[in-house]
Amino acid sequence: MAQTATTTGGRARTRGRAARYSAFDIVRRGVTHSEWPRSFNEHELRTTYDVVIVGAGVHGLACAYYLAVNHGITNVAVLEKSYMGGGGSGRNTAIIRSNYLTPEGVRFYDRSVKLYEKLSVDLNYNVMFSQRGHLTLAHNDASLRTMNWRAEVNKLQGIDSSVIDAKEVGRIVPYLDVSADTRYPILGALYHPPGGIIRHDAVNWGYARAATHLGVEIHQQTEVLGIETAGGKVTGVRTSRGNISTSMVINCTAGWASTISDMVDVKMPLVTHPLQAAVTEPVKVFLSAVIVSGSLHVYVSQTDRGELVFGASVDPYPSYSMRGSLEFTEGLAAHILELIPSISSLKLLRQWAGLCDMTPDYSPIMGVTPVEGFLVDVGWGTYGFKAGPVAGEQMAQLIATGRTPDLIAAFDLARFADGRLVGEKGAASVGH
Amino acid sequence: MLLIDCPYCGPRNSTEFRHAGEAGKSRDLASATPAQWRRYLYEYDNPLGWVRESWFHSAGCRRYLSSERHTGTNEVRWVVPFGTAAPSSTTDEETSR
Repeated sequence: MAQTATTTGGRARTRGRAARYSAFDIVRRGVTHSEWPRSFNEHELRTTYDVVIVGAGVHGLACAYYLAVNHGITNVAVLEKSYMGGGGSGRNTAIIRSNYLTPEGVRFYDRSVKLYEKLSVDLNYNVMFSQRGHLTLAHNDASLRTMNWRAEVNKLQGIDSSVIDAKEVGRIVPYLDVSADTRYPILGALYHPPGGIIRHDAVNWGYARAATHLGVEIHQQTEVLGIETAGGKVTGVRTSRGNISTSMVINCTAGWASTISDMVDVKMPLVTHPLQAAVTEPVKVFLSAVIVSGSLHVYVSQTDRGELVFGASVDPYPSYSMRGSLEFTEGLAAHILELIPSISSLKLLRQWAGLCDMTPDYSPIMGVTPVEGFLVDVGWGTYGFKAGPVAGEQMAQLIATGRTPDLIAAFDLARFADGRLVGEKGAASVGH
Repeated sequence: MLLIDCPYCGPRNSTEFRHAGEAGKSRDLASATPAQWRRYLYEYDNPLGWVRESWFHSAGCRRYLSSERHTGTNEVRWVVPFGTAAPSSTTDEETSR
């Protein structure tokens, strides 16, 4: 079943039907009109797997990929009740950064940025990571103080991050209104040059393609209905397509994390909130950096296609509904026009929502639970996509070695019992 | 958009309200153990289905309300003043997943 794979520096070299994408191949297939091979394989659901991953988003797919490529564990099923990358992994605003507030958070997300930087090469799949700079605007003294705090923590961890003044902000982003007589004048910003945007679908598909060619099975339209345990240990999974026996289940869902953990009676400190986003019609490129304003509850970036992508705070009450609301659009328009008045005649093309499972300290929950063989990689709030590669890599290491890696030790479930919270709210893009 | 039928003010947009969390959580200030405090502070049912919860009508009567809402559809089944017994017809209904 498993195809032969060797690793060189984390880079997968696959045999079999995996096509190696290259400029030469585009020309060759263009000239000869030959078909591209399928990117993903479909499989019958088998009755036993070494590892079952719940959720085929970036976290589940990355975990499967690193299990295969770093540890040679390929008897893995990724179960997805809907379609691959259809949850938070396909609904986020695709911003990547590591300028967090706590040393634990900064180290962790920096590893993720490093993995993203070489992901296109590792996966042989263009994920279009564009490190165009990330600006978190400060509109008052309190936020300027937090920016300075974050900048110092970042520098100590070796991250390129500094506080710049309004004039410099205006130089980097000429279309921002940096005049002093606005309602929320820009006093300065936390500038993070390695931050940027990525094509999130490509990340999901790239991981899925690489993982399936290493022998991992991805099962879409396969809903987990229950998790069987005996004597405090996981023994199997009931799905809409049949039962699986396994001793290892990883909950890699976002939004629905509580409903999966409920299956083994592991109570999670999570509340699910929708987070809405919107996109405008495409225009010529005028916005280079990613702009975030906590006070105005908005963030914006321009995609390679020229559309402006906006995000805001999570919805003010918990829900699993992904319907958009007019309040969001109205608030978004009012706030973004404070910052960039010149886009007032741009039309919004569409808006959507994804689900965020918010933790009390805005840090994720990763690692072991009281049920043996049931691991969690949940509670990502609004930070999930940024952390996909590193979370997958570290969870894979935990599964393979049985020991929690140092990088994620601070984010364990037991911290809520022991009072070791990792307060990351100060690094939230916008006040949630 | 969520419409909440405030028993004091009538139907109002949810933007007038502040969500005050899942109902039914309590702790005894005098005798709560650290474990009970932890459950009170951090653990949530967070169900996909009918949930009992509290709202504060911050831009209206400024009173607390109790409601039952479906977190999948956002349908609000009833709203009563805080501390009032829930309508009996729905009290034992099973939450749907």
